[in-house]
Amino acid sequence: MKKNLVSINDFSKEEILHILELAEEFEKDPNQRILLGRVVASLFFEPSTRTRLSFESAINRLGGRVIGFSDTANTSVSKGESFHDTIRTISNYSDLIVMRHSVEGAARYASEISPVPVVNAGDGANQHPSQTLLDLYSIRKTQGTLDGIHIMMVGDLKYGRTVHSLLEALSHFKTRFTFVAPKELEMPAEYKQHLDVRKIAYTETDRLDQYINDVDIVYMTRVQRERFLDLMEYEKVKNAYILKNAILAATKDNMRILHPLPRVNEIDTDVDTNPKAYYFNQTENGVYVRMAIISYLLGVKK
Amino acid sequence: MGKQMNVRAIENGTVIDHIPADCLFKIINILDLEHETHQILFGTNLESKRMGTKAIIKITDRYCADDEINRISIVAPMICVNTIKNFQVVEKRQVEVPTQVEGFVKCGNPRCITNHEKIKTRFLVQRDDVGDLKLRCVYCEKSTSQHEMVIIK
Ligand SMILES: [Zn+2]
Repeated sequence: MKKNLVSINDFSKEEILHILELAEEFEKDPNQRILLGRVVASLFFEPSTRTRLSFESAINRLGGRVIGFSDTANTSVSKGESFHDTIRTISNYSDLIVMRHSVEGAARYASEISPVPVVNAGDGANQHPSQTLLDLYSIRKTQGTLDGIHIMMVGDLKYGRTVHSLLEALSHFKTRFTFVAPKELEMPAEYKQHLDVRKIAYTETDRLDQYINDVDIVYMTRVQRERFLDLMEYEKVKNAYILKNAILAATKDNMRILHPLPRVNEIDTDVDTNPKAYYFNQTENGVYVRMAIISYLLGVKK
Repeated sequence: MGKQMNVRAIENGTVIDHIPADCLFKIINILDLEHETHQILFGTNLESKRMGTKAIIKITDRYCADDEINRISIVAPMICVNTIKNFQVVEKRQVEVPTQVEGFVKCGNPRCITNHEKIKTRFLVQRDDVGDLKLRCVYCEKSTSQHEMVIIK
């Protein structure tokens, strides 16, 4: 049966671990031309240069060919073709579809009408599962395990899709969570309920420095101005969640700082040279993880 | 009988009772009663010991299919559906909340694909932390709560 990756919940714990192991294998030997003769469609209905290049780099390293578009100008979509017809047509030209779309649920719908596997490279504020897998890969690589680590999530925990997907994925692994956010952007009740049901411990605070010395991973996100109804509130909190070298002095040796990027000012540039800064390494890991996802879905790697 | 009859009894048909008063119009919509040609009696804001106020619908010579009743249960899980023959209740049906809902509720997320393309909506039925029903969209994965539900014709 055709397998897709639309939501991180499409993969079981075993499949997640399998992808991470494949990615590790690709990191050791990145030039395995196992997609020779295969065509992958890369459909970016919404532009995202970083994500697109990461996927296309992964496909190229595997020896596959890429067709597609990086935005919808000059395509049949801009001439008013329905999304349904675009997917039906392109699925006849390719062995797998990687797609990004601003409309939520677009990738799930595509997976229902396409006979070839669909990988969701982001659907609006909903899911971006390859990001979640590369976060997991980065955590495992830096900590040696996913079991029992203590992660601190900082910033916009209300709207941030990356933290929600990461929370769901990590809840397979007895993780401890600390949530650091202003009142307006705290972790929504449904995700805390998800942890309660699984008897997973979490702590909440609005102070960045309170637990930072206890944690293994600091996962930073952007606090965006447009998320606030009350701009006075934004002004009050905007500088409260900026990570600077000064507060990292007593953090654990194994602690690493992750960020899905792009950052604005939430990590001070003075942290960049700190050995605990890991956010640029994350992007390299993304290529191996995407190689693993594509080869797993196409069945060329068992 | 002693009890005061708020809405006249019917000889044959269906009585849907214990409808929360604010759900009446949603149920009228789900059953498409606007286009019903049989005699229909409505009562709303009726006193109810159990619910405070309730609504009731009596439809002459029409009987509800199971899937119609299951649809109603999504907006009003506490209702009671009675089949009436010759002024007597011959069957009391307990509503069963389905695990999946297709096609008649709109997804509450304006950025959802089902609100942009011609797609039949699909939801998983779940309960929130206080036990109220909510519908989780299979496409955008957002939940629509009971009081936000909009019925599609
Ligand atoms: Zn939806």
